[in-house]
Amino acid sequence: MTRAEDTARRLKRRHRAEKRFRLYGIGAVTSALVVLALLLGTIIVNGSSAFTTTEMRLTVFLDPAVIDPDAKKNRDDLLQADYGAIVLAALQKRFPEATGRSERLQLLKLASPGARDVLRDMVMADPAVIGKTVEVSVPASDNIDLLRKGKMTKAQAVSGGKMNERQFAWYDKLAADGLVRGTFNTRFFTAGASREPELAGIWSAVVGSFMTLAVTLVVAFPLGVAAAIYLQEFAPKNRWTDMIEVNINNLAAVPSIVFGLLGLAVFLNYMGLPRSAPLVGGLVLALMTLPTIIIAARSAMQAVPPSIRDAAVGLGASPLQVVAHHVLPLAMPGILTGSIIGMARALGETAPLLMIGMVAFIVDAPTSPMSPATVLPVQVYLWADSPERAFAEKTAAAVLVLLAFLIVMNGLAIYLRRKFERRW
Amino acid sequence: MLDTMTATATGISNAILRAKNLDVFYGEKQALFSVGIDIPEREITALIGPSGCGKSTFLRCLNRMNDTIPSCTIRGTVEIGGHDIYARDVDVVELRRRVGMVFQKPNPFPKSIYDNVAYGPRIHGLAADKGELDEIVYSCLERTGLLGEVRDRLDAPGTSLSGGQQQRLCIARAIAVSPEVILMDEPCSALDPIATARVEELMEELRRNYTIVIVTHNMQQAARVSQHTAFFHLGTLVEWGATEQIFTSPSDERTQGYITGRYG
Repeated sequence: MTRAEDTARRLKRRHRAEKRFRLYGIGAVTSALVVLALLLGTIIVNGSSAFTTTEMRLTVFLDPAVIDPDAKKNRDDLLQADYGAIVLAALQKRFPEATGRSERLQLLKLASPGARDVLRDMVMADPAVIGKTVEVSVPASDNIDLLRKGKMTKAQAVSGGKMNERQFAWYDKLAADGLVRGTFNTRFFTAGASREPELAGIWSAVVGSFMTLAVTLVVAFPLGVAAAIYLQEFAPKNRWTDMIEVNINNLAAVPSIVFGLLGLAVFLNYMGLPRSAPLVGGLVLALMTLPTIIIAARSAMQAVPPSIRDAAVGLGASPLQVVAHHVLPLAMPGILTGSIIGMARALGETAPLLMIGMVAFIVDAPTSPMSPATVLPVQVYLWADSPERAFAEKTAAAVLVLLAFLIVMNGLAIYLRRKFERRW
Repeated sequence: MLDTMTATATGISNAILRAKNLDVFYGEKQALFSVGIDIPEREITALIGPSGCGKSTFLRCLNRMNDTIPSCTIRGTVEIGGHDIYARDVDVVELRRRVGMVFQKPNPFPKSIYDNVAYGPRIHGLAADKGELDEIVYSCLERTGLLGEVRDRLDAPGTSLSGGQQQRLCIARAIAVSPEVILMDEPCSALDPIATARVEELMEELRRNYTIVIVTHNMQQAARVSQHTAFFHLGTLVEWGATEQIFTSPSDERTQGYITGRYG
C-alpha cells in the first residue's frame, strides 16, 4: 500500500468517526427534547382545562323571610343567613319533583358551596336586593365541572359515588336549557386554598412565594456579593481561605432539605420565629442560594480582564475603588444572571419549606412576612396529594403557572446579560 | 547632552528616581539581583534586554505595581525625590499618581473617551468643578494629539478607537493626573509602524514635562527615543549610561552581543 492510499484511508476513517460523533450528539439532543416536550405536553393537556370553570345560571328569589326575617338589615344577621336554602329554593323551582330530604340534598350538590358566597356577597354589597328575584351565575360543583369538561365519565362518577342517575338527569336538563356554561376561571388566580376544588386558587401561594423570594433576595444578594468581593479581591491566599472556598463549593451541593432542618433548628426552635412564615422560608432559601450567588459572583469577577485592574491600579485607584468603579460594574451582568438562576431554583424549592411548616392550608393571602403563608411548589404538593379528582387539573395548572414564573425569570436573566454585557 | 555626560557609576546629578541594591523575589525565585540605577529627570530612559531579563519587573517596582502580586517580595530601596517609596509611611495611591503607567496592550476602560481621561482626576480630586475637569480632559487629549480625532465623539467608548489611538488615550489618561514620571511597558509592541511612530513622537513631546522610563524590545526604538539606556540580563543590570555610548561603545561584552543581535 502506498503512502497516499494509506493517508486517504485514514482520512476517510476520520471523517466517518466525525459523522458518527455528530449523529450521537443529535441523538442526545433529540431525546432530551422529546422528553421535555412529553413533560410539557402532559402538563399542558392536564392543566389547561383548569383555566376554565363551569357556572350555572339560576333565577334566585332573595327571600326576605330567610335572609332577613326581622327586617332590620343587621349586618351580622345578613352574614349568617342560610343562603344554602335560597340556592336550594332556586333549584327546586326548576325541579319541583325533588321533595325528599336526600333528593333535596342531591339537588343542592349540583351547585358549589361557593354559590352561597356569591349570594351573600351580593346581599352584603347591596342589601336593597333582598326581596327581589335576580338572574345570577353561581359556580357549579366540581363534579359538574369535570363532567362538562369530559374529565370524568358518568360511569366513573357513579362508581366513585360522586353522582347518581337523578343528578345526571337534572344536569342534562340544565345543560339542554343552556344554563350551564364554561367561563374563564378568574377564581383560580384570585382565590386561596379551599377544600372545594372549584373554589381553590393560587393567589395566596403566589403572594407567599413572592414574599419569600423577596426575603431571600434581600438577604442572599448583598451577603453573597459582599462575600464574593472579599474572597475574590481582598482575602489573602492561605489555608483558611482555601478551606472557606472548598466549603462554599460543598454547600452549593448540599441537599436542600438539610437547609430546611437547619432552619427548623435555628430559626424556629432557637430563635422562636413563627412557623410557616415567609420570613423564615426566605431565610432558609437565602442560606441555600448564598453559595450559588457567591460562586457566580466570584467567577464573574474573575472574568474581568486583569488589564482593566492594572489600568486602575496604575492610576492610583485604591483597591476598593478598583472594585467599586471597575470590577463590580463589569461583573454585574454575570452576578445578576447567577443570582436570578439561584432565585429561580429557590422559587421551585419545596423540601426545606416543608421542614419549617410551610405546608399550611392558607385561604387568605399573607399580609406580612410574619403571617402564615404557603408557596407555589408547596401548593402543588398539597394539591397533588388531595383525593378529589378535580385537584389533578389544578395541580397541573399550578405547575404551569410556576413554569411561567421560571421562564420569565430566566428570560430576565438572559435579557440583563445581553443588555449590560460589555466588550473589552 | 551635557547632563548625560555627567553620568557615572555612582550616580547622576539630576536623578528623580534612584534604585539601590534592589532585589526582587517571586516566591523562592529571585528575579532581580542588586539593581542600582539613577533615572534622570525629564529625559527618556530605555530598559532593554532579552525576554525574562527582569526589565518589566524592575519597571513595575518603580510605582509598586508588584504589590498586587502576593508572592512578590522586595529588598533594597527605590527613592523618588530622596524618599524611599517602600518606606512604611508611603501612600501607594499618591505614589502611583506621581508615577503613572502605560501598559503593553492598550487597556482603556470600557467607558467613554471622556471618562477614561477624567477618571484619574476624579479619584484624586484634581478638579474642583466640571469646567476644570473639562479643561484637564481637553488639554490631555490635545497633548496626545487625539483631540482633533475624537473631538465630536467624546461619548463614544474608548474601546471603539483604533489600537494606536487607544494607546494614546491611555497616555492621555496617565498624564491627566499630572505625574512626574511615566512608566511605559513596551507601549508600541501591539501597534503598527505608523501608530508606533506617532507614539514615539508623542514621547519626544512629553519629555519636556515628564520623566519617561520605557521598556522596549525594539532596539531601534531605544536608540531613536531615549537619552539613557540600561541593559538587563538574567536579572542583573549589566550596564547603563547615555544611549549613544551604550549603542556605540558598550563596555560589557554581553551588551555588545545583545545590541549586535547575537542573542535576544
